[in-house]
Amino acid sequence: MSAFRHTLMGRLLADPLAVFAMAIIALLVVSALLADVIAPHDPSAMNLADRFASPSATYWMGTDNLGRDTFSRLLQGGRIALYVALTAVSIAGLIGLILGMLAGFGPRWLDNALLFFFDTLRAYPTIILALALAALMPRGLGTVIIVVVITSFAEYGRVVRTQTLSLKNAEFILAERAMGASFARIVFHHILPNVLGPFFILAAMNLPVVITIEAGMSFLGIGVPPGTPSWGATLKDGFDYIRTTPWILLSGGLPLILATLGFTFLGEALRDQLDPRLRKTR
Amino acid sequence: MSEALKVEDLSVHYDTREGALQALRDVSITVPEGGIVGVVGESGCGKSTLINALLQLLPENATIPAGRITLQGEDVTRAGTRRLRQMRGQEISVVFQDPMTSLNPVLSIGRQMRDIQYRQQGSRAAKDSRSAAMLGRVGIPDPVGKLAAYPHELSGGMRQRVAIAMAALMRPRVLIADEPTTALDATLEVQIIELLKELQQEIGCAILFISHHLGVIAELCDRVVVMYAGVAVEEGPVADVFLRPGHPYTIKLIECDPGKLKEKVTDLPSIPGSLPDLTDPPAGCIFRPRCDRATEICATPPPRKGLNGAHWAACHHAKVDKA
Amino acid sequence: MLRYTFQRIVLALAIVFFAISALYTVMITLPGDPTTVLLGPRATAEIRADFRERMGLDNPIHVQIAHFWGRILSGDMGTDFNRNRPVADSVFSALPHTVALVFGAIFWSASLGILLGAFSADNRGSWLDRISGVLSVAFIAAPSFVVALYSLLVFSVWLRWFPTIGAGEPGDIMSRLYHLALPSFAIGLAWVGYVARIVRASMLEALGENYIRTARAFGLPRRTVIYNYALRVAILPAVQVLGVGIGGMLSSAVFAEIVFSRPGLGSLIYDSVSGRNYPVVMGAMLVAIGFFVTCALIADLINAALDPRHRSQR
Ligand SMILES: Nc1ncnc2c1ncn2[C@@H]1O[C@H](COP(=O)(O)OP(=O)(O)O)[C@@H](O)[C@H]1O
Ligand code: SF4
Ligand SMILES: [Mg+2]
Repeated sequence: MSAFRHTLMGRLLADPLAVFAMAIIALLVVSALLADVIAPHDPSAMNLADRFASPSATYWMGTDNLGRDTFSRLLQGGRIALYVALTAVSIAGLIGLILGMLAGFGPRWLDNALLFFFDTLRAYPTIILALALAALMPRGLGTVIIVVVITSFAEYGRVVRTQTLSLKNAEFILAERAMGASFARIVFHHILPNVLGPFFILAAMNLPVVITIEAGMSFLGIGVPPGTPSWGATLKDGFDYIRTTPWILLSGGLPLILATLGFTFLGEALRDQLDPRLRKTR
Repeated sequence: MSEALKVEDLSVHYDTREGALQALRDVSITVPEGGIVGVVGESGCGKSTLINALLQLLPENATIPAGRITLQGEDVTRAGTRRLRQMRGQEISVVFQDPMTSLNPVLSIGRQMRDIQYRQQGSRAAKDSRSAAMLGRVGIPDPVGKLAAYPHELSGGMRQRVAIAMAALMRPRVLIADEPTTALDATLEVQIIELLKELQQEIGCAILFISHHLGVIAELCDRVVVMYAGVAVEEGPVADVFLRPGHPYTIKLIECDPGKLKEKVTDLPSIPGSLPDLTDPPAGCIFRPRCDRATEICATPPPRKGLNGAHWAACHHAKVDKA
Repeated sequence: MLRYTFQRIVLALAIVFFAISALYTVMITLPGDPTTVLLGPRATAEIRADFRERMGLDNPIHVQIAHFWGRILSGDMGTDFNRNRPVADSVFSALPHTVALVFGAIFWSASLGILLGAFSADNRGSWLDRISGVLSVAFIAAPSFVVALYSLLVFSVWLRWFPTIGAGEPGDIMSRLYHLALPSFAIGLAWVGYVARIVRASMLEALGENYIRTARAFGLPRRTVIYNYALRVAILPAVQVLGVGIGGMLSSAVFAEIVFSRPGLGSLIYDSVSGRNYPVVMGAMLVAIGFFVTCALIADLINAALDPRHRSQR
């Protein structure tokens, strides 16, 4: 396993885009973890005397309409973005993993029912569903996570199902079964390790999508609670003052674009390394 | 007799990670005007490479370090792209191995046949009627109606007839057939062979016929070239080569399964051992690692030994015909 | 093909039915009092009681769903209590704007994406191919609402090349298109990336096929071979990608409509959510999902029809 990781890492390091992506991600993760230490100002402190300040030595990215330091807020926003992304992707992935295996192993009717279920979930346009649910649920990160989970676990389910089906009848597994291997042994020793490759590729590709959804929902005012720093909320402020103070918008979009680029390029590189076959199909 | 197609000491190398792969080495083949020459050899011996070289359609990693290919006296390796495009389909054309995949699936048969007449003057209707006439000639029922059909709507045999009609459409001087019957069953194979013979008579073209079916070669061709691992090891009139083979490889081919001269086989009979590594071929005779007659001298390149008239074999120990 | 079409239509109908029914169930159970959802917060107690009675809201949930569909099928989507008119009026006056936006995005992504993909495949391995590959990924990664915001800032606010708000003068097609250009581009950009990648990949696959070798062996001009023989096969998967992509484009349309202050389904839902105008939210969801599923279905059928290999098999 360590040899595997070693070679994978080695191969990733040979790809300039992957290196670029990993550098961005490392930067984001470190700045999110150390946000409190790095932040030059209290992200929530309003300084009405310094509203709409231009970028300067004191306010590296200027201030917003309430005189809060944009840079400090973006650092905190990164924390929220990563928290939502990791939580939502883990939950969606886990549900998808279980349902996908059920579909793959279960009787035919169950497989068909789950496939139909996945198809039905795919019919909801994410942001529109988010708006509809936002009308019914309290505003907060919990709602964001629920929306992401609902709209994304089906995709994991599909991938896991396909992998499971193709493995279920593979010769080595049939042989094990014939020799009386337990169901659990087959799942944990054979299916799971083989499913995890495509599963992690999908998860990596999904992180930037989730980050975008969180930012988008916060932009629409249905994400983070009011006052909470979030990239989307900063972008909303920037949009409101686009004519007078464009740098709120400019600096608000920067970390979001960097994060999505970083994660997408890393996902691409991972996919190329782990499963070159997939490249053709997308 | 003048030559329709002449290949002289042709070598083709593929650039690979392991180094230069010598797919063809010093191959010479002559196809006289109106003659039919067969090429036989097991899979991987360089048959497709040869065809791609003739049409100058080699993949990007291929180089031609030596040799000349002349089509009616003109060196195709030196022809420019424009001239090459003129020759293709017009002066030299080809029927490919797999009729299932060699026609475009999303274009109608009529469209594909019209497209290859793009240099011709004349209306669309004129071109279509010419296509239909050729489809009818190769034995396709309802040829006019078939113009609107897509390849997948036809059976394998019918598709191969379409492919032959396309190849014959411009009345080329040389027609190459790359294992045109491998994908078909025995009855269809006979019909296709008959059809090629008739067309050859009508158009008066020369045919280079590639196959691993010895029986078909014997049936159709005047001369045959036996290839092994990128090298032509024996050549001569069909009867001489098959009845009195001179090269141990040819002997093995025929000995292994005498029935194959009659029966339809999908692969050449397997002889012990495997093809040599073409990135590092053995010094001397290419067949040495698998040859049971090999001696010390075989570590030096064997000469082409004339056996009887135009029959030769590249083997130190080939015996001259007594006949 | 007929059988296939039929199966696909039935499946699409079933999906719309279940997706909407599930949403309706959540809508009337989650906030507590369903009359709030259906009548709005301003309704009086008597109106509520009367409505509860009339709509059979005390019935079990499946009966209510049946009633809901009965109303929908008879053309009654409820009342838009903010504008005091039927929900259907609000939704169907917004829909054309969103449809125009989505088709504008498809126009951008298909034209630019196919061009970029075919060009990359044609020049495989060159630095232009590599740049276009990186660009495609960057397009895919860039969040569409940030693209919308930045293009609004650069092209409308700073350069003043394009208008900042609205959908243009009714009846004036040039003005409509002028207002459509930038927002639809913002939505389409990501799909330029997707289409370019899939076209490049399927083009390279097609270029390796035997029928391409045949075309070249018959001396067809290189341009014909690449942009006709290969591309024709290579664009088929792009049709499918765009059909399924309409779901994502509808999501992006919400942002584009808000950022460029355009009328449309997205801004209608957005306004209705803040006003707790549930019947409109429900109606707009229904139409959005119906539109998406229909488009995906059509793309699938077009794909099957364009690809003659499917025609007789299915
Ligand atoms: N594009 C290529 N790159 C590298 N090697 C190739 C390529 N095409 C063919 N070869 C190799 O060249 C040899 C001859 O191949 P080919 O001409 O296809 O033989 P045949 O048609 O007789 O089966 C084989 O060893 C094959 O692996
Ligand atoms: S030259 Fe020697 S090794 Fe080669 S075929 Fe003849 S006998 Fe065999
Ligand atoms: Mg071959």
